[in-house]
Amino acid sequence: MHTPAGIQATETQDLMNASRPHIQIKDLNVTIEGKRILKNINLSIPNNSITSIIGPSGCGKTTLLKTLNRLVDDTKGLEISGSVLVNGEDLYADGAEVIHIRKKMGLLSQKPFPLPMSIFDNVAYGPRIHGEKNKRVLAQLVETQLRNVGLWEEVKDRLDASATRLSIGQQQRLCLARGLAVKPEIILGDESTSALDPVSTQTIENLLIELKQDYTIVLVTHILRQARRVSDYIIFVYDGEIIEFGKTDEILLNPKQEITQQYVKGFIS
Amino acid sequence: MSNVNKRLFKEKIAKVAMQVSGITITGSLFFIIGTILYKGIPYLSWDIISQVPKGGFYMGKEGGILNAILGSLYLATSSTILATLLGVPISVFLNVYVKSGSFLERSCKLLFDVLFGIPSIVYGAIAFSIMVWVGIRASLLGGIITITLLTIPIVVRTIDELLRTIPIDLKHVTFSLGATRWETAKICLKYIKPGVFTAILLAFGRAIGDVAGVLLTTGFSDNLPKYIDEPAATLPLAIFFQLSSPIPEVQGRAYASALVLTFIILVIVICTHLLASKQRKHKI
Repeated sequence: MHTPAGIQATETQDLMNASRPHIQIKDLNVTIEGKRILKNINLSIPNNSITSIIGPSGCGKTTLLKTLNRLVDDTKGLEISGSVLVNGEDLYADGAEVIHIRKKMGLLSQKPFPLPMSIFDNVAYGPRIHGEKNKRVLAQLVETQLRNVGLWEEVKDRLDASATRLSIGQQQRLCLARGLAVKPEIILGDESTSALDPVSTQTIENLLIELKQDYTIVLVTHILRQARRVSDYIIFVYDGEIIEFGKTDEILLNPKQEITQQYVKGFIS
Repeated sequence: MSNVNKRLFKEKIAKVAMQVSGITITGSLFFIIGTILYKGIPYLSWDIISQVPKGGFYMGKEGGILNAILGSLYLATSSTILATLLGVPISVFLNVYVKSGSFLERSCKLLFDVLFGIPSIVYGAIAFSIMVWVGIRASLLGGIITITLLTIPIVVRTIDELLRTIPIDLKHVTFSLGATRWETAKICLKYIKPGVFTAILLAFGRAIGDVAGVLLTTGFSDNLPKYIDEPAATLPLAIFFQLSSPIPEVQGRAYASALVLTFIILVIVICTHLLASKQRKHKI
């Protein structure tokens, strides 16, 4: 039985959750050059957790991810309907400010892609374009974010070196630090470990698990074992439709739909 | 012939074809440079590069081609700068601002391809008729405008090809950090910086070597180019006039002039490469 204080605590928790980003997708349809890529997507992505989008190649998982920060905008022959709400704000409403939307979401892409500049400037790039000019603040920010991703000790003596000199695993952590430096609320990962070796993959996965306390994380992955290791929730997409959405164990151990079962067991890929 | 032998035979043919074309091209290049050196060096003197033509220069008397050297440098440098300033924004617009594959993008690129292929005499003729219409006489300014128009398509198409090699991921990185298109464009330009120097070099090469475009619009003068609204001499025209002479002395000076022109281009090429290699520090 709840005491009044207990009820109050739960309500406060709810309010806190409500103040964190909450992604809601309503009746989203995406057509590219006449081909329907996403069909009637309705979703509510939980806060402060890792949600993995899984499904066979070409099922629309990456498109789904990229509709969240409107990176699909420049796609040729794109038609989009429905809405994506982040904290109640519709990203696809008329006059929605795309820069503001994208700043809220850090993207960790398939392959690390350092900008053609030094390690320091890579992390400082985001804050700089958003108006931070104070050198001390920038230096502090760069250090904090590089520490966050466990890269500081490895690079602190060569911050001026080109970011491309880092190993691929270090580059991916640098990209994560760069994304975190603009203080996003959501982290989007598009098969972020597919180019990495097992050790770097584990580092990134552990980082993401740590980060979910402060961020809402959505990952696209084609590795079921990874989805099992890191995610709290799984979305199974097949042929542009959401077949199932639920807690990781439910989807992987007890899928309700026949097609999910087949995918989880490896009959389709 | 077995399958493996057939493939090896094809490999051999391809290799021989490449060697033949390589030798032909290198051979012709050495032949051209050799001819210029052989025929030009005896006539190359300090006088020829430090003096303007004196009376009877084209009849084999004293003087030099300083007027043409300076004219060409002014003309090529100004038009290359202008073409870069006008051309780079066009390429950036087409690659970063316009949706890929859109009608606007495709039609603009087609237009620049056509402009790229138009012979320079046509540019010269059109610029000349406009100059007559607005009442400008043949002058350095007329030449600069014509050569700028001639070199813009070179800059646009070269930079465009470079921008197209940029992986879409780079744009996604900057966009996802909340960058505007202009901020993204700046990163794209940084990424292709070494290549931009090549584009500028191509434009400069075309500008300094063009004859037909300047023939009608820049005119020719034996004086040093002092004012932008006066006719100016250019090296290719100077070479042309001297080569047309029946006097061996004057013809020899034409080769010496060609040597000067080649030397200028060589210096520019070396400078460009040095600048470009300095920019490769952060190349991905």
